[in-house]
Amino acid sequence: MIHSLFLVNSSGDIFLEKHWKSVVSRSVCDYFFEAQERASEPENVPPVIPTPHHYLISVLRHSIYFVAVIQSEVPPLFVIEFLHRVVDTFQDYFGVCTEAAIKDNVVVVYELLEEMLDNGFPLATESNILKELIKPPTILRTVVNTITGSTNVGEQLPTGQLSVVPWRRTGVKYTNNEAYFDVVEEIDAIIDKSGSTITAEIQGVIDACVKLTGMPDLTLSFMNPRLLDDVSFHPCVRFKRWEAERILSFIPPDGNFRLLSYHVSSQNLHPLRSTSLVAIPVYVKHNITFREGSSQGRFELTLGPKQTMGKGVEAVLVSSQLPRGVLNTNLNPTQGTYTFDPVTKLLSWDVGKINPQKLPSLKGSMSLQAGASKPDENPTINIQFKIQQSALSGLKVNRLDMYGEKYKPFKGIKYMTKAGKFQVRT
Amino acid sequence: MTPMQKLLQLPVNAMNMVKTAQDQMGQQDEAKSPVMTPDGGNHNWYNGEPNDPRHIRFGSGGGDQEERAHLEEGGGSLSSLVTQPLRHDDLKEMLDSNKDSLKLEAMKRIVAMIARGKNASDLFPAVVKNVACKNIEVKKLVYVYLVRYAEEQQDLALLSISTFQRGLKDPNQLIRASALRVLSSIRVTIIVPIMMLAIKEAASDMSPYVRKTAAHAIPKLYSLDPEQKDCLIEVIEKLLADKTTLVAGSVVMAFEEVCPERIDLIHKNYRKLCNLLIDVEEWGQVVIINMLTRYARTQFLNPNMNESLLEEGGGENAFYGTDNDDDTEDEEDEEKEKKKTEATAIVKRKPYVMDPDHRLLLRNTKPLLQSRNAAVVMAVAQLYFHLAPKAEVGVIAKALVRLMRSHSEVQYVVLQNVATMSIKRRGMFEPYLKSFYIRSTDPTQIKVLKLEVLTNLANETNISTILREFQTYIKSNDKDFVAATIQAIGRCATNIGEVRDTCLNGLVQLLSNRDELVVAESVVVIKKLLQMQPEQHSDIIKHMAKLTDNIQVPMARASILWLIGEYCEHVPKIAPDVLRKMAKTFTNEEDIVKLQIINLAAKLYLTNSKQTKLLTQYVLNLAKYDQNYDIRDRARFIRQLIVPTDKSGALSKYAKKLFLALKPAPILESPFKDRDHFQLGSLSHLLNAKAGGYQVLPDWPEAAPDPSVRNVEVKESVRAVETVTARDRGPLGAPQNPRGARGALL
Repeated sequence: MIHSLFLVNSSGDIFLEKHWKSVVSRSVCDYFFEAQERASEPENVPPVIPTPHHYLISVLRHSIYFVAVIQSEVPPLFVIEFLHRVVDTFQDYFGVCTEAAIKDNVVVVYELLEEMLDNGFPLATESNILKELIKPPTILRTVVNTITGSTNVGEQLPTGQLSVVPWRRTGVKYTNNEAYFDVVEEIDAIIDKSGSTITAEIQGVIDACVKLTGMPDLTLSFMNPRLLDDVSFHPCVRFKRWEAERILSFIPPDGNFRLLSYHVSSQNLHPLRSTSLVAIPVYVKHNITFREGSSQGRFELTLGPKQTMGKGVEAVLVSSQLPRGVLNTNLNPTQGTYTFDPVTKLLSWDVGKINPQKLPSLKGSMSLQAGASKPDENPTINIQFKIQQSALSGLKVNRLDMYGEKYKPFKGIKYMTKAGKFQVRT
Repeated sequence: MTPMQKLLQLPVNAMNMVKTAQDQMGQQDEAKSPVMTPDGGNHNWYNGEPNDPRHIRFGSGGGDQEERAHLEEGGGSLSSLVTQPLRHDDLKEMLDSNKDSLKLEAMKRIVAMIARGKNASDLFPAVVKNVACKNIEVKKLVYVYLVRYAEEQQDLALLSISTFQRGLKDPNQLIRASALRVLSSIRVTIIVPIMMLAIKEAASDMSPYVRKTAAHAIPKLYSLDPEQKDCLIEVIEKLLADKTTLVAGSVVMAFEEVCPERIDLIHKNYRKLCNLLIDVEEWGQVVIINMLTRYARTQFLNPNMNESLLEEGGGENAFYGTDNDDDTEDEEDEEKEKKKTEATAIVKRKPYVMDPDHRLLLRNTKPLLQSRNAAVVMAVAQLYFHLAPKAEVGVIAKALVRLMRSHSEVQYVVLQNVATMSIKRRGMFEPYLKSFYIRSTDPTQIKVLKLEVLTNLANETNISTILREFQTYIKSNDKDFVAATIQAIGRCATNIGEVRDTCLNGLVQLLSNRDELVVAESVVVIKKLLQMQPEQHSDIIKHMAKLTDNIQVPMARASILWLIGEYCEHVPKIAPDVLRKMAKTFTNEEDIVKLQIINLAAKLYLTNSKQTKLLTQYVLNLAKYDQNYDIRDRARFIRQLIVPTDKSGALSKYAKKLFLALKPAPILESPFKDRDHFQLGSLSHLLNAKAGGYQVLPDWPEAAPDPSVRNVEVKESVRAVETVTARDRGPLGAPQNPRGARGALL
């Protein structure tokens, strides 16, 4: 399946290569570089590139291209999903997935890649199995290893590999038994010129950090499970139980993992109704105008909270790609700071917190290229924000119960809403 | 270097060559630059300088890569070595030492060299000695090294074989498995018999993990020596009967690579595979689902048999209409939907009864739409698309739309597949129309695909919403995207009669856009639209005739000229004047424009020879001496045809009929039309070309093959699953078998 893997950095150097079958010359990457040159933006490089003898399937993450070389038919998503899993594993092991981190840990990287694929077919991708085979590098362990001469590599077959719960190792022990769940929702929306919502949907996840001794069996129930009609689960969740009772029942992996992700949109619930059920937490008043023949443009932007369920909107960041004709801007924010990059034409305004009594605004003028005609397009405004302690969809966890173990765990749940791809057209 | 760069068309490597060359001048140690020569001969390159002094002077930055990799692991001990310009000798020394820590250090450095694509093959003898090392990490790194270089040093590699043979008998299953893994990974033809023996033995190992490794080893041996096929098929047959989930995915993978045509091997294992499926690891699931899709296509009857008959007879509308209804139901209530559609299904197609095994497959794959793995979701989606009755296919839409929130590469692949599906089954995605709306931050390739889907989904009811969306897109800064939008508008206009005029008006307004690309694209699309009803639009043709003065894009100019020629009767005054102007600029035009000028001249000559006779002759004369032979050819051909002479053949009588025949309007089609003859989700589908090793998705059989072949005499596997299920019906979802509750009883 996957023949070879090349890691390419942003300046076009191949800084790591790994082959699972016969060696493929790195000149195969030239086809990738050609495609890269043709693409205007890094994200426009086609993920699948056919070459005379191979196919290149690549993903771009943390400005590193992971280029897999394929020789014959294989579902492209299979490879793409696997490559992303590789990146996630690196991130898990090294904290970050940068060129420097990979180079610093090249041996661990190689050992990991060796375990993850056998003859190009995925062998072990489950993080806890890998961690038993190859222990993540820590400063302490490096020191201990140099003194005692012990190794980072496990000698026994990871227990997960054979068990019916491959995601959990046996013999887990903690002095403090804790289980934390974070409900994080991101709202994606397109708001049109007049302020009405064109589309809005919520992408939610429940991330868990479970540190429990033994083999706990957890159930998580919701106040309003009806909201969750479009979900995907971690393999540990018992699907049958969910179908029948709308209860999440699972033996959790040890440590951090994503329990489920879900998708709420007005479309899912009411296909025929066009009104949106997704509350939009902020509104934007804008007046961005260019006049024909004038070298000045007006720019006015005011933000305000809308449906926030009484919670404050924080960490607000506004960014916008201004038209090419804009040379510079002269704007005054009532709060926060703004920057404008005259080269990329990117305007960004770090607003901070929205005070409902005194709404933040950004007003002023833009200077345009003299003599140039007025830009066709008004810029789109992208907004980021956070709302603590609330999940926009209204999803609420009812209770968490544990079976199978005797101790009393400490349980915690946190809600948060963030802006995903939140765009306002002007 | 620059002409060479062009010559080789290898821009990046060429650049690196420049760098390398510069290094060469500076210092003599360039050979260790990790850059390869463009001719692909990295081995020669490195081997040519065996006495290179610099392989451990990490961080000296001779090449374009930093060799930071090592500084961290070595700690203090390394720094003293770093400064010494030694050959691989020191590594050899370290490998020969008694201390495991030194060996480990050496192996780590060697592996780092391999990772950077440097040649470390001269260390082979020193490394291979350590294959029996007690330290497991050293051993593993030696394995890494062996697998990389054994192919090049076959004789030396044989030294390691006995160690692996011993390893195969080790009581520790991990060691048995890894011995088999390495043994089968070193591509040395001489050991094929040993490999064969080892695989056979491992296939009946106690440990399922070792059996899994055996399954992985099968394709390796097959690619090394295809002659072994028959023996390997025996092993595959044996492993296919394995009842553990661990083995299932790997052995099906082996089956797909070695003997995908031996579908008969699956019969007896079909039900077991269906039942195990949910508990198999994700990657195995993908492979199994894809294989079962093919299997089902050979063994079961087309569940849409009756409808495909209807389809041929009935119009498109009726067909989409029914689809719509079914889908709305899907959304409203999933629980009810199933029963209802099943019920209607039975009523509708009386003669067709679905094989229970076919139903089993559909039922057991459905929960996997909830998988976190995009590849699994896609695999199930394609299975439903290719195998499910039309009324049930709707369930996959929601899952596919959910994948669109994933990484952009996933989006790209999913959108390609949605584009194909949305042509055949438009109703399925209609409720999700808005999920395909485009954001200004989407990469262009995603935008274009979303546009494709939106266009496929357009119908009478939603077209006004879609067109309003398109209006926003036309103002985008991204010109490629704007061009694609204009094309999309054209397609909507051809497909949906009601909006044709609105679209046309919109496009005509774009003709005064400042961006030439936008204008050009609009011209091309307008031309196609006008062909449908030219009579009503002579003013648009006039407007376009004016554009010839300004617009430079060849395709647009050609389109305008063709339009004027074709409909010269609607613009009798303007047409000759356009020809006059064109005659003036003829020599400077692009070839496609020249051809259209000749075309225009010919048509005008036939309809209005009084005014244009001289002009036509002038143009034809110019064309006669053109550099391009196509144009010379065309000129000669046309002159014979339109200018009556004694010699001119019978054809010239019909010249007018030939040139001014009523031409059918073009059909603007989606590039994704009929792509579904490739299995969806496959690489071949994405590229719209058959990739190597692609297994064609067979057509449904006319009559169902004997279903009894799938009966298993001793129903052991089925019973096993049933007992698990019984246990799981306990109050707490049976903690003793946590996955059973998820998997069984479906």
